[in-house]
Amino acid sequence: MPLGPLPAAVPPSWYLTLSAILFALGVLGFLLRRNIITVFMSIELMLNAVNLSFITFSYMLKRVDGHIFSFFVMVVAAAEAAVGLAIILTVFKNRQTLEIDEVSTLKN
Amino acid sequence: MDALLFMIFAAIAVICGINLVVQTHPISSALSLVGVMGALAALYLLLGGEFIAAAQLVVYAGAIMVLFVFVIMLLNAGTEKKLTVRPLGKYLGAPLLLLFFGMMAYLIQRILPESSPVVFGAFQSGTAAEIGKSLFTVYLLPFEVTSVLILIAILGAIVLARKEVD
Repeated sequence: MPLGPLPAAVPPSWYLTLSAILFALGVLGFLLRRNIITVFMSIELMLNAVNLSFITFSYMLKRVDGHIFSFFVMVVAAAEAAVGLAIILTVFKNRQTLEIDEVSTLKN
Repeated sequence: MDALLFMIFAAIAVICGINLVVQTHPISSALSLVGVMGALAALYLLLGGEFIAAAQLVVYAGAIMVLFVFVIMLLNAGTEKKLTVRPLGKYLGAPLLLLFFGMMAYLIQRILPESSPVVFGAFQSGTAAEIGKSLFTVYLLPFEVTSVLILIAILGAIVLARKEVD
């Protein structure tokens, strides 16, 4: 990465680096947080990071396919959010807790 | 100008992403995620994806995040318990994470072929017309399968929400 005066335009690799950093932050949140809703939001952050990669590759290859893939990722994320949040509601209704460490029936 | 815009929105995205991870209250995390999504929408515009940028704002920041905020409000989710971190992770975690980011950035710079910088307006096929044309010809089958997926998701959400599950 060249240091010094800022260039007029950045190469696509900078976008990919940003995408990788956001994905790593999503993994970090997924592993560190204990609230089931925040864990779910970290997954959304990872999906967003992957979308940025798709759009960048689409720009590099001058094809529209990356946009289609990222469109499908958005659709799947919407479906996943609807089902996931319904599951969270059910878990809360049955256990009165949002801590993922306390939802451990499968462990024993 | 393009580089300046990239820097501004990348900084917003990274700061909001870090805020999402370190905040203990879910509503703060949700608002940070909205910030990330808004910044990413601006970056999509820079890359020529006008349709995806609009969809990002409408579907993600609009619909999905409102769903999240509704659930946080409904469940009255409060601050989570303090995480117990072992001393090894406390002192080694942040430096190792920075090292990991640095190596990742270096690798991406190295393995990617030399390519022309991203200029706004260089990619013109991100319009709704081009995406629609591709969606209804080449990607027709995945598109139709997606509608079945959404139908299943709706049914699943309804079943989960109304029945008492033990």
